Amino acid sequence: MIETSNLTGERIKKYFQEDKRFDGRKLDEFRNIEIETGISQNAEGSARVKIGKTEVLVGIKMNVGEPYPDSPDKGNLMVTAELLPLSSPRFENGPPKFPTIELGRVIDRGIRESKFIEFEKLCIKKGEKVWTLFIDIYSINDDGNLLDAAGIGAIAALKNARIPKYNEKEEKIIYEEKTNTKLPLKKEIPIAITLHKIGKSIIVDPTRQEEDLSEARVTIGSSNGIISSLQKGSEKSLTTEEFYKILDLNEKIERDVFKKIEKFLK
Amino acid sequence: MTNKEFKRPDGRKIDEIRPMSAKVGVVPNADGSAIFKFGETIAIAAVYGPRKMHPQHSQNPEKGTLRCNYNMISFSVTDRIRPGPSRRSTEISKITEWALEPVVMLEKYANMVVDVHINILQANASTRCAGINAAAMALAHAGIPMKDMVSSVSIGKLDKQLVVDVNKYEEDWEEGEGATDIPISLTSNEEITHFQLDGKITKEELKKALKLAKKARKEIYEVQKKALKELPGVEK
Repeated sequence: MIETSNLTGERIKKYFQEDKRFDGRKLDEFRNIEIETGISQNAEGSARVKIGKTEVLVGIKMNVGEPYPDSPDKGNLMVTAELLPLSSPRFENGPPKFPTIELGRVIDRGIRESKFIEFEKLCIKKGEKVWTLFIDIYSINDDGNLLDAAGIGAIAALKNARIPKYNEKEEKIIYEEKTNTKLPLKKEIPIAITLHKIGKSIIVDPTRQEEDLSEARVTIGSSNGIISSLQKGSEKSLTTEEFYKILDLNEKIERDVFKKIEKFLK
Repeated sequence: MTNKEFKRPDGRKIDEIRPMSAKVGVVPNADGSAIFKFGETIAIAAVYGPRKMHPQHSQNPEKGTLRCNYNMISFSVTDRIRPGPSRRSTEISKITEWALEPVVMLEKYANMVVDVHINILQANASTRCAGINAAAMALAHAGIPMKDMVSSVSIGKLDKQLVVDVNKYEEDWEEGEGATDIPISLTSNEEITHFQLDGKITKEELKKALKLAKKARKEIYEVQKKALKELPGVEK
């Protein structure tokens, strides 16, 4: 899969100006979202998210460890992403490159800053033992917008997770013994949405072909319109108007996406 | 030797493989892809190529290169695996290449590489065998010329009893002589392309293990073949 050619790129941009896309969507319209939870037996929580042809797997693993010195009574969170070479001819083996690192970090902040996880409830013994949550994200097929798929996957997997049994005397986790204890999560669901500036247009949920043309992007983590994280990426700048437009659009799209995923998160 | 009284922990017969399932075309981006399951062990494989080998000094002007990469995803097992390659995964990657190379016709692809990416989504023992089965299917699905199919199975010896397709519980067998794990890969011509062994076994028992593997191969091959024939757009 080679990069989108200039000719195709020009055509895509022309379509955008007429509020059209190759696949018939509106500029602010997401593809179909499918979520399956509990897909992994050995993870504490898991989810498979498909946005169109894009597919990611997210798993939650838990471990007991020491708290960080600056938060002795709070659990820890670690978000790792792997862009598997299996999922695209563009991804290669080897040490993680920037897109992989950024993906993990943007999702990490989106979840952390939203206060979705009540970390103080993941403390076992203050200053000594707390639960560490690992959120691991794997791409299975990259057809654009892995970021949003990963964010939705992380939320779905967290909702699906059950805390494993912990034997405090022997300091051992019995992973095989599943409990019914859910993670301490807030009711409000944070959703991370990435908006892209392409030419004069702002679009969401790009396909791979469209994402290649992205000049600037903004990922916004918000819940009921309250923004808790934001990151601008890529080289080009944004005007104030464009930025306002992005904020306005985000509000609408957050609601749209929530409606699409709500039924899967029960 | 074949003790009819022997009870496997999950109630299977000694030569019974866990329920298998397979499907091709599971990664739309890839040139070929497949998923293969031995019960709860799930492997997914994707093939990219043949494409130009980079860097140039790795190119082989005589024939193409088959490059396999085996990776377990972090939450495929109960104790989280740190993402990234390990000594174990590096070795299994190479073993997988060796298991498949004898059937892949690389002569036409000088200076090119065929990449096979295998990921274990869920592990309950026999992951390398599930990976090889998925990889062989993905290669066929990608239309890479092959002389034959490869099917892989792990034979186990639990104390003195040989069994087919060991699961995690059996792999950790401690009674008597303990567990011997023997993953074997065979072509449809019953040529051995991969053979490993960890444990303790006599020559006679090992011959019997190979016999069991040959029988299991037929069943696995049928599952692989059926999935490839069910490929969308192919007439039956």
